[in-house]
Amino acid sequence: MSIEVDNISKSYKNFTALKNVSLQIPEGELVALLGPSGSGKTTLLRLIAGLEQPEEGRILFNGEDNTNRDVRERRVGFVFQHYALFRHMNIFDNIAFGLTVRSRKTRPNKEEIREKVHSLLKLVQLEGLAHRYPSQLSGGQRQRVALARALAVEPKFLLLDEPFGALDTKVRQELRRWLRHLHGKLGLTILFVTHDQEEAMELADQVVVMNEGKVEQVGSPEEIYHHPANPFVYSFLGRVNLFRGRVHEGKIKLGEAEFETEWENKAVELPAVGYMRPHDVEVSLHAPADSSIQAVQAQVSRISLLGPIVRLDLKRLDTNEVFEAEMSRQRFAELALVENGTVYVTLNNLSFYVEEGQSVTPAPTFIPLQVSV
Amino acid sequence: MRKLLHNRGFLPGFGMTMGYTIIYLSLLVLIPLSVLFLKATTMSWEQFVGTILDSRVLASIRVSIVSSFFAACVNAVFGVLVAWVLARYQFFGKRIIDGIVDLPFALPTAVGGIALTSIYAENGWVGQYLAEWGIKVAYTPLGIWVALTFIGLPFVVRTVQPVLQDWDLQMEEAAATLGATRWTTFTRVILPHLLPAVITGFALAFARALGEYGSVVFISGNMPLKTEIVPLLIMTKLEQFDYAGATAIATVMLVASFIMLLIINYLQWRINKFDAAR
Repeated sequence: MSIEVDNISKSYKNFTALKNVSLQIPEGELVALLGPSGSGKTTLLRLIAGLEQPEEGRILFNGEDNTNRDVRERRVGFVFQHYALFRHMNIFDNIAFGLTVRSRKTRPNKEEIREKVHSLLKLVQLEGLAHRYPSQLSGGQRQRVALARALAVEPKFLLLDEPFGALDTKVRQELRRWLRHLHGKLGLTILFVTHDQEEAMELADQVVVMNEGKVEQVGSPEEIYHHPANPFVYSFLGRVNLFRGRVHEGKIKLGEAEFETEWENKAVELPAVGYMRPHDVEVSLHAPADSSIQAVQAQVSRISLLGPIVRLDLKRLDTNEVFEAEMSRQRFAELALVENGTVYVTLNNLSFYVEEGQSVTPAPTFIPLQVSV
Repeated sequence: MRKLLHNRGFLPGFGMTMGYTIIYLSLLVLIPLSVLFLKATTMSWEQFVGTILDSRVLASIRVSIVSSFFAACVNAVFGVLVAWVLARYQFFGKRIIDGIVDLPFALPTAVGGIALTSIYAENGWVGQYLAEWGIKVAYTPLGIWVALTFIGLPFVVRTVQPVLQDWDLQMEEAAATLGATRWTTFTRVILPHLLPAVITGFALAFARALGEYGSVVFISGNMPLKTEIVPLLIMTKLEQFDYAGATAIATVMLVASFIMLLIINYLQWRINKFDAAR
């Protein structure tokens, strides 16, 4: 079932959690709500579930307005970060809960409930644990029980709040793979909250990046990683280098490096920031033969060997800016780099942003600059 | 042996604390209680049975147990209510109400008894209106029940309150997303969690009520066969220098209390099964 969030706002006492958020989630997709803590992602999830009421805006399921519908009637599957299993019930009763609380008319009979629970136990690979209590299970197992419990009521879609947040890395990776598999099998719309960008990139078809109660960007993992809409998204997804400079008369100057740009407002001089991923930084021992390639000298201040890749901490000799470069182990061996050695660094694949009119809007808006070289 | 020593943990002092515990329990609890038993054995079996089966004694045991039981029941229900209000809501004067709950602990029970008697007497504040309906509280078993409810109030509140304060609201939310109504959520999710605490509170209130003396003697009127409670009867026997008789009754009460504690512990164990593996 598709979910539409239409212009939702929500605030608590003196804190605005969401500001005019709109979002479309197509049927059958696995969507991640990604953002730092306090970005409003969990609030949005709880609003969709009906656990909170918005001040403004509407929430539609398959085009049908559900804004004023009670949680109990929305039939959404919600999985809590800390599972919220019923501790005094065994696994069977936990999973059966959503069925056994129905009114007598709509409640399936005992045999049907038993069958349903056992098929769900099979689905979450916990057969044989029906009579255990939640306290006797591991974190990963509890999480799967919580999922089975949510699935038992045949929800329209699944909402997962930091589903793997409380688990250790290995279990988390296993569960991710399993959730992906489950999504493929059930074809259910799944919306999950995470602050882990790797998790979002690995699992989701669509990633919704949120910050300070607003949606910053919506797109496939590929899109948001390679075409971030603004500096926030750029720096939130993976490591990033910042080069500060100025834009003036159609040129962006970052220390000794210069870039042509088509920026229309040529008269004004403004601060500009160039963003670059460490793996895009090209390191060589000699200055490039082609003088149109922008290259600067830098000193290697530290070398970290990180398994398959090598990370260099570098310092620009012209501006003293510190940045990082990543390369394969093979390339590192070819260059035979040593600490405190000097190298040439090619600045390509930079994304530039200019801060516009700080006095006009409280939060700076950023304009991406096109480099014309 | 090495392993045993190892398992005691990082902090030293097992020997000292354990020794202290045993001496403390012996001096204050075990020795006085065994003396009670010894004293009772100075009677012959016929004398003992005769003392216990005396109609006045039997009536007082009945009065004590029945009124204590009902007082504890009322406290179990209203104690949960009070604890609920204190744990879940923020309101003006909450701290004061929280403090008032402890008053029956702090007040000399005789003061409580006198206050209750003056209010519930036929010409008292509340008593005069109840009298119009033909309900007499002071100097009837009802009065005993009122006094015992009064002194038992803090027990259930103070055992249930911390459980409610630690309560994970997400469990309620989970129940709601699964379609459970508020009432179902209360009866099937919240109540089972409170039950161990409620039973503990109930047991404490019940045990306390059985031994209560100070407040009851003022309000009950102390009529033999009708409103005479066991502690009072023991007191009466002592005043008549019938030490053996007093200890015989005391022994019966002791055994009864012990059996009750066993039953309650068993119930606790049954209910707490789900927590056992933690």
